[in-house]
Amino acid sequence: MTTEGRLLRGMVLLVVGIGFLAPIAAGVWQTARAALGVLPAIGATEPGLQAFALLAEVPGIGRAIWLSVVTGLGSTLMSLLIAGGVVILASDRLAGRRGARLLAPFLAAPHAAMAIGLAFLLAPSGWIARGLAPVMGWDRPPDLATVNDPLGLALMLGLMVKEVPFLLLVMLSALTQVPPRRDLAIGRSLGYGRGMVWVKVILPQIWPLIRLPLMVVLAYALSVVDMALILGPSNPPTLAVLLVRLFSDPDLARLLPASAGAMLQLGLVVASFAALWGGEHLLRGLGLIWLRRGRRQGVADLLAPRAAGLVALLLMGLGAGAMLSLLVWSMAWRWPWPEIWPESGSLQAWARPGSGWGRALWNTALLAFATTGLSLMLAIAWLEAEDRARMARARWAEALIYLPLLVPQVSFLFGMNVLLLRLGLSGGMAAVIWGQCLFVFPYVMIALSDPWRARDRRLDRAAAALGAGPWRRMVAVKLPVLLAPICTAAAIGMAVSVAQYLPTLFLGAGRIATLTTEAVTLSSSSDRRVVGVLASLQAVLPWLAYLAAFLLPALLHRNRRDLRPAHDA
Amino acid sequence: MTLEIDNLTLRFRDRPALFAPLTLRIAPGEVGTVMGPSGVGKSTLLDAIAGHLAHGFTLTGDVRLNGQSVLRLPPERRRIGLVFQDAVLFPHLSVGDNLAFGLTPDIRGRAARANAVEQALIRAGLAGLAPRDPATLSGGQRARVALMRALLAEPMALLMDEPFSKLDANLRSEMRSFAFAHIRERDIPALVVTHDPADAEVANGPKFLLSVA
Repeated sequence: MTTEGRLLRGMVLLVVGIGFLAPIAAGVWQTARAALGVLPAIGATEPGLQAFALLAEVPGIGRAIWLSVVTGLGSTLMSLLIAGGVVILASDRLAGRRGARLLAPFLAAPHAAMAIGLAFLLAPSGWIARGLAPVMGWDRPPDLATVNDPLGLALMLGLMVKEVPFLLLVMLSALTQVPPRRDLAIGRSLGYGRGMVWVKVILPQIWPLIRLPLMVVLAYALSVVDMALILGPSNPPTLAVLLVRLFSDPDLARLLPASAGAMLQLGLVVASFAALWGGEHLLRGLGLIWLRRGRRQGVADLLAPRAAGLVALLLMGLGAGAMLSLLVWSMAWRWPWPEIWPESGSLQAWARPGSGWGRALWNTALLAFATTGLSLMLAIAWLEAEDRARMARARWAEALIYLPLLVPQVSFLFGMNVLLLRLGLSGGMAAVIWGQCLFVFPYVMIALSDPWRARDRRLDRAAAALGAGPWRRMVAVKLPVLLAPICTAAAIGMAVSVAQYLPTLFLGAGRIATLTTEAVTLSSSSDRRVVGVLASLQAVLPWLAYLAAFLLPALLHRNRRDLRPAHDA
Repeated sequence: MTLEIDNLTLRFRDRPALFAPLTLRIAPGEVGTVMGPSGVGKSTLLDAIAGHLAHGFTLTGDVRLNGQSVLRLPPERRRIGLVFQDAVLFPHLSVGDNLAFGLTPDIRGRAARANAVEQALIRAGLAGLAPRDPATLSGGQRARVALMRALLAEPMALLMDEPFSKLDANLRSEMRSFAFAHIRERDIPALVVTHDPADAEVANGPKFLLSVA
């Protein structure tokens, strides 16, 4: 009785294959062709390596590559160490929904909004400098490059504010599968300090569970565009920003070196994965030698975790300050240096949706609902098909849904757009919806699949034994019981959609204005009020989605103790 | 209505069969009991009869209800009721709605259905509990709701997976006689998988032992 299920499962896998994986492969392929000199649309038909030669002549290219490597690897490594330290210190206190609730606001804030807020905070005329001015005796903004600094420190800081909470959440959820309590008891009874047990026994066990999410973070940090535009060095910028400039150059011949650079960007990510693999093996070998020596007490067992915890608190403070500064700046009117608060406020920027934010808000909301709705339907169809076919998860397909998160966007979006142009589909809302789904669907699927598969399957059996067919089982039992995780997955999907920059820009051919594209475009302008409004809205939308995801199940299931959030903690 | 199992074997992929071929026959109103060592596949046996075998299992032999093989039917059309160890009430529905979910569609009309649900609650000694959250019931109350829910669907046979093992001793014997009385009253065959010899004793029906193949 599972033919129908197998058919549905086949169809879902086909949709994922044709809709998601094939276009990415084709996009990389098109970009690779252009990198090797073949882009018939601009009359380039001669295969060869001249595109790479042209790329080598782009001013600042060497420095751009270096900056990408340093900021990408550096921020990821630091984030990993800090998140690890926090977990060692506070895994108990952050377990369950408490940690999730604390981290949600930081996870919900889009990278671009966070970057703009941090710029407001860190800039020489920003909040921090204003606070320091009386102490330091500055009578005007100091002449320091605190944002867009040539070393990329502000960019690394921005990335860390976003990635530490993400990695923390990933580690906390890994710890639900590898409960640390027993190992801690055994390790400490053998005379090891708390920190030692974590480092030698527990963290190595959760490593396999966090490796893939860490690779997503690494790929992202190496190729981020929006945050790098706002916080990163400007001349030369990081490689990804340099490539976006080349891709949008009016001189179409620039598309060739840009494509070569996109391949180089892909190479950087692949090389960093290889380095991660090598580092893992090296550390495992060295770690075992260290472990076998059996040294018990480090001089200061928890010193490093405490330092990491302190940095994490600092990062969270910066993140919260950044969000607040968006709101304050959007309503500031007269605000002379070095006052901490504006002298007078004005809601003028908020009062004029016609100035651009009305349209951008509408487009952003439309895209968020459309992409989340489609992704949710596909994810539910996939999981339901598994149930009906009574088959376990298709592991190969599951691994492949990570693909859009591991391949740098800049390496395939251009090639994908070439294909869309040829099909006459580029530049429309539909193209952007689809392009965003490439990134929304994996997150929705990842968020929904574990709770879906972990639910009590006896409920389905009880329903079937009472005569309920597969549709009634799905609508009347599974979906209501899974309401909370479905709402959470939807909120995550919306947050991902709202944050998308490059897919909107490339596949919308610059014609679909969203809060994110507008905020990034205007971020370097002098009118902080308008930017503040755009970035505030951008930050508020995902936050509202999370709030709704929290309230809706709590309200609908208020009289159902077994479905209340506190219960599954 | 008679439940017959004929030379049933189960195996997962190419592993050996879970237990030696099982043949049994339970007459209407009888309560048969199946015992066997842990891990021998008692729950998988119930899955097979109810139609929930996971992909990868193969089944040989036959399961017949009233002389008709049910193996080709999807679980929802087999009309075989299921009662689990811990009630497994739908957590998103009230007690009354759990029963309404189970109540056979042959009873039509809102008032008639509500009445049937209330009658079932009264017979289970749970009058007035319809609007309650199932999570707020005691273990014994939940077990009775689960049994009533299964019976309201008017099954032609009932399977019970260690239905009394989570209840304390007093409640267990009370619940046992409550369940067996209802099964006799409906005159349907029931199959109880259990670890507790007392279940088999009280059931006073055919006894079967699952043994490793």
